Amino acid sequence: MKTICFYFQVHQPFRFRRYRFFDIGNDHYYYDDYTNESIMNKVASKCYLPANKLLLKMLKAHKGKFKVSFSISGLAIEQFKLYAPEVLESFKALADTGHVEFLSETYSHSLVSLKDEEAFRSQVEAHASLVESHFGVRPSVFRNTELIYSDQMGEMIANMGFKAMLTEGAKHILGWKSPNFLYCNAINPRLKVLLKNYKLSDDIAFRFGNRQWCEWPLTATKFVNWIVKLDQREEVVNLFMDYETFGEHQDKSTGIFDFLESIPVEVLKHHGLSFSTPSEVATKLQPVAPVSVPHPISWADEERDLTAWLGNEMQQEAFNKLYSLLPKIKQCSDSKILKDWDFLQCSDHFYYMCTKFFSDGDVHAYFNPYETPYEAFINYMNVLSDFSIRLNASVPESNLDKELANLTVLLEEKNARIKKMEDEIKKLRKRRVPAKKTAVAKSSKA
Amino acid sequence: MRVLMFGWEFPPHISGGLGTACYGLTRGLSQIPGLQVLFVVPKAYGDEDQSGMRLVGANQIPVRHRQLELKYSNQSLDYIEVGSRLIPYMDPEEFWKQTRVEKAKQIEALNINSEGKVEFSGKYGASLMREIRDYALVANVIAQDYAFDLIHAHDWLAYPAGIAAKEATGKPLVVHVHATDFDRSGGSVNPAVYEIEKKGMDAADMVITVSNLTRKIVIEKYGISADKVVTVYNAVEPVETIRSKQFKKGVNEKIVTFLGRITMQKGPEYFIEAAHRVLRKMDNVRFVMAGSGDMMEKMIRRAAQLKISDKFHFTGFLRGEDVFEMLAMSDLYVMPSVSEPFGISPLEAMQSNVPVLISHQSGVAEILTYAIKTNFWDVDAMADAIYGALNYPGMSEMFVSHGKKEVDSLKWENSALHVKKVYDMAISRCSC
Repeated sequence: MKTICFYFQVHQPFRFRRYRFFDIGNDHYYYDDYTNESIMNKVASKCYLPANKLLLKMLKAHKGKFKVSFSISGLAIEQFKLYAPEVLESFKALADTGHVEFLSETYSHSLVSLKDEEAFRSQVEAHASLVESHFGVRPSVFRNTELIYSDQMGEMIANMGFKAMLTEGAKHILGWKSPNFLYCNAINPRLKVLLKNYKLSDDIAFRFGNRQWCEWPLTATKFVNWIVKLDQREEVVNLFMDYETFGEHQDKSTGIFDFLESIPVEVLKHHGLSFSTPSEVATKLQPVAPVSVPHPISWADEERDLTAWLGNEMQQEAFNKLYSLLPKIKQCSDSKILKDWDFLQCSDHFYYMCTKFFSDGDVHAYFNPYETPYEAFINYMNVLSDFSIRLNASVPESNLDKELANLTVLLEEKNARIKKMEDEIKKLRKRRVPAKKTAVAKSSKA
Repeated sequence: MRVLMFGWEFPPHISGGLGTACYGLTRGLSQIPGLQVLFVVPKAYGDEDQSGMRLVGANQIPVRHRQLELKYSNQSLDYIEVGSRLIPYMDPEEFWKQTRVEKAKQIEALNINSEGKVEFSGKYGASLMREIRDYALVANVIAQDYAFDLIHAHDWLAYPAGIAAKEATGKPLVVHVHATDFDRSGGSVNPAVYEIEKKGMDAADMVITVSNLTRKIVIEKYGISADKVVTVYNAVEPVETIRSKQFKKGVNEKIVTFLGRITMQKGPEYFIEAAHRVLRKMDNVRFVMAGSGDMMEKMIRRAAQLKISDKFHFTGFLRGEDVFEMLAMSDLYVMPSVSEPFGISPLEAMQSNVPVLISHQSGVAEILTYAIKTNFWDVDAMADAIYGALNYPGMSEMFVSHGKKEVDSLKWENSALHVKKVYDMAISRCSC
């Protein structure tokens, strides 16, 4: 028996406009509305809408035997609301079938898990509430931004009450082991870990339409045959990919939609194959072993590590400068500033600053609004400068301002006391006035 | 007196100080009665300010005209035979086909030149060298078409043109050294460029340098006899109108500006190091590096390494209004050039009432009194001076008020009179 677990990632960042040095302090709007809206509309019409329509048809046709899962970032949901509400509706229709699981992630599609546990928790909470409010179910399985995972992060997630987490079946982590089993966290074995089968996932996500690929054209029959031919004892095939694979990364003309439609038909022909959602995988299967990941891994690039976002000094500088604002953010209550804070943390901004041109340059160039990583960095730092000026203005600067605030409170207290005393004096005087008058009269007479 | 002047760029199409200086000087010369300037640039766009001179674009020369000139003037081809292996074995018909292709490439070559420093390793270098030769060829034609008494060539790109014109007509040649390759390359001189520079200076009857710093280089490194080399300082165009538009400074912080090409010659790395030192002592300051160049990416990385990117900004190349806006926002202008023959930009900053910090290694330091001067490599002194200028207002106030007067006294008319004297000397040297 083998089960197939589909998970699709849906995310769109709020891309920044060209924010120049001269704008710092003068203009507090950072976003390129035109680009954001046009990319959203393009992807919605090429991918989200047709793919959702197809999935809805498939889910209804197979009556609960076909299942998929999604993770939709908070920023993507915000953009749907702004630019393409019909996409959000179509996701709701998918949710209503009951055969779709929505996963938890950080609201901002951020890298905060590497920095601060408290902020991480609050972002996960915010996202979970958002998902619940839109799709009616609170997520119970977590996937971190770009499938970033480490033992410590897994433990943190377990403590937050999640039963399972998704990550990359990175070769340097697994070694001889197969990703086609359920694993558990090395620190807290109660957290199940699902590992992506990157070979089969990337066959669809990256190689499907490539005519130079020796396996081209890939048909559903061929693909399902590969799964059937896997080792008999293997239990799960995790196919994790960007949702934009369907219609956007792989154009409709490659036949990707027909391929997707045929997959459950082919799979359900075989008795030993089925579909599951991540939480079903986590409950039905027994973990075979703990997976040890001392250093964070991700699903990006050849290295499967964090270098796509934090590889060079510019990325590290931007990342550290951003999170150096955290203590102040925790005190801030200005909703506009907090909204910008969400948008600033998005991992895509760091991705644009990547200088690994040779290995994975074409993937990095996708939807990239900048010509060079240096431009991306300059723009980001300009935005961040303006943002921190605003933040500093709204949250009083530590010692001096606190002291000032204290002194004003003291002054006010003293003013109140003085007023009280003055009133008392007035009262007393009023009482004494007649006596005084007589006294004066007496003296004048004398 | 009529002067045939060869330049490489002219406002508004400029990439650096050379175009500005050429413009100012021609304007100044046009004030002198009886002096006419015919200015030649490789490509005239048609929207240059033509008051005071005639502008002849090297690629506006009519085709047939040029062919004819080439046909009967074997003598003028002599130089070209030396300069280029392409031309001598072709008949004029073929040559025209060749040059027509070249002209298509011309824009590309100019773009490369806009970086200031030219890389001669790849195909660019080769095409630029051909461009220079082509320019010289055209100069030869122009020289025979127009009547004039003297040839004046600005910077090495135009020297071959000057030489070609001199060889065609025997008129005296003055070369104007705005920079040498020792300045541009920081010592690792490109032999091909050096050769052109040296040839130009040797062929010239008089050499004008923009500062004593450059004069010394010309005498010592190029072996030109001292009595042939005269320093004429540049000046600055007076600011015509007081800008009514008030630029809003968005931040409540001091701004220190570096404005120029981000190349080795301008010493950007010393500015970053000094900024780093200042930022350790004070917080309410931002540093801006405005401009572009081959060292920009390295500088961005360096700023990130020093973890000062939230206070150190890059604007990219600025044009027109943006430059004034940048200056209007600035509290201090820094030019830490490693080797700057002159450097007009600090003068422009002073005109905008911005105090300036310049390196001793810039020619402009020779004539400015009201400017802070340090050595480019002494980043501690530079940091100290920046900190002082920002925190002790007395000093910068003095620099602003006196500096403005000092700059206003530097007029192109005076420089032009000086240049005129050099012309007279050149003519007398040539005739005797």
